[in-house]
Amino acid sequence: MVDSSTPAVTAALVEVSADGVAARAQRCTVDARAHGELLAPQVDAVLADADARPADLAAIVAGLGPGPFTGLRVGLVTAATMGQVLGIPTYGVCSLDGIGHPAAAGEPVLAASDARRREVYWAVYDGAGQRIAGPNVDTPAVAAERARDLAVTVAVGDGAHRYADVLGLPVREEPRYPDALALARLAAERIRAGAPGEPLTPLYLRRPDAVAATGHKPVLP
Amino acid sequence: MADEPLILGIETSCDETGVGIVRGHTLLADALASSVEEHARFGGVVPEVASRAHLEAIVPTMDRALREAGVTIADIDAIAVTSGPGLAGALLVGVAAAKGYAVAAEKPVYGVNHLAAHVAVDTLEHGPLPEPAIALLVSGGHSSLLRVDDLAREVTPLGSTIDDAAGEAFDKVARLLGLPFPGGPFIDREARAGDPAAIAFPRGLTAPKDLAGHRFDFSFSGLKTAVARWVEARQRAGEAVPVADVAASFQEAVCDVLVGKALDACRSSGIDTLVIGGGVAANSRLRAMAEHRAAKHGVRVRTPRPKLCTDNGAMVAALGSHLVAAGVAPSRLDLPADSAMPLTVVSV
Ligand SMILES: [Zn+2]
Repeated sequence: MVDSSTPAVTAALVEVSADGVAARAQRCTVDARAHGELLAPQVDAVLADADARPADLAAIVAGLGPGPFTGLRVGLVTAATMGQVLGIPTYGVCSLDGIGHPAAAGEPVLAASDARRREVYWAVYDGAGQRIAGPNVDTPAVAAERARDLAVTVAVGDGAHRYADVLGLPVREEPRYPDALALARLAAERIRAGAPGEPLTPLYLRRPDAVAATGHKPVLP
Repeated sequence: MADEPLILGIETSCDETGVGIVRGHTLLADALASSVEEHARFGGVVPEVASRAHLEAIVPTMDRALREAGVTIADIDAIAVTSGPGLAGALLVGVAAAKGYAVAAEKPVYGVNHLAAHVAVDTLEHGPLPEPAIALLVSGGHSSLLRVDDLAREVTPLGSTIDDAAGEAFDKVARLLGLPFPGGPFIDREARAGDPAAIAFPRGLTAPKDLAGHRFDFSFSGLKTAVARWVEARQRAGEAVPVADVAASFQEAVCDVLVGKALDACRSSGIDTLVIGGGVAANSRLRAMAEHRAAKHGVRVRTPRPKLCTDNGAMVAALGSHLVAAGVAPSRLDLPADSAMPLTVVSV
């Protein structure tokens, strides 16, 4: 399991059995600028921690974002290339589900991560942890309005901490970042069923910044 | 030959996703996916568009390379990847991919310098490189003269562009003349019908006063402006622009400076091997002029075929192969993508 959609770079080795999902090893480092440096050594480390070889892996689960593009791609390309070499399926899960699903406790919850540029990636989950809105990227004010419409009573995630004032909702402490075990649980049905893997398509939610070249500017006065 | 190491190379520093496979100096596969068409309407490479394309292309390009070479990843001895210089986000996709392959297949990984790889690729065509050699590397992203004493360890920058890269000048002049992006091949084609002596465009940093401080440096921004002025003056006078003559004269000015400075570097250091690489090395006039003038100075020019001059995975594999043969230690798994990787660093 890998997720690099937030400043938390996460790798976990999870055992999926008929009756449950258990973490055998997990590494998580919070550093928004070093996803590329951190992730592969962490994957290597969780394998070593669990005394496992890559060939022992049966599937790879990756957080599809949304998240800042450059970091997000590190997790997805790592998962895709490992899946290719090992000939095992890859499954994608919306990274916000790894925050909102485990935080749900009877009442609707807003999960938000930092999208930079004064915006948040957000989604709303019902009391049972099902996503009922999002993922979207908006200003915190817009996310707060949508959350109010859906009778949300609490917010969670690093984006909720950061913009607590604007959101005007009590903020649950954990999980602050996508939870590895939660993401694995959300893919467990597919893993148990041996469902075909899927291409890991990132949830960018924003178009690339690309300014079309303007016409030639004259150099003569 | 079968016991020479089998090396995989990954290149994603700009808009080409390349995966190459070599055994020793033998090229087995050179798979490429390009996002150039997605950038054409912007008149230049858009970094985020390139990064997105690399992520989509890397797995299928790897599949094609393995099939082309008739090997599996388990057969590979080491994985080399461009770790810089280049576009930060684009480099990161390739570096993360190389690490994913390395971790899953339990192989060593080498993070290598893109420019050194442009030099190394020539070994696939012309065999081991005589050292020391002078290298002229010219593309849309770089224009450098280097001295190569030991391709595995010691490369010394002699000079580089102080403004635009040579390929960038081709792109800008092409746009000025209404030719498509990337401009290089179109200028080359137009120039064949033109007179290279029709217009006397300036040769940047070749005047005696410039040579004192910039003997081996390049400048193409003044040339680009001179072309723009010349073309605009014709347009304002209501005259037709002789596209072929402008293209030929501009191309002649660029090649004249590149070849002149490269041969000066050879002559001043007593080195008789000149390697030319990078996308601009595919230019037919540059190749012909370099051959012709070098012969007069007893310098041997080595230029790989055009497909190997532009960015590709084979060049990275070629450098990886050279590093493995030279006994250089692999990189650590936390190797970074370094968009400003210095020329002196061959591998990290
Ligand atoms: Zn290049």
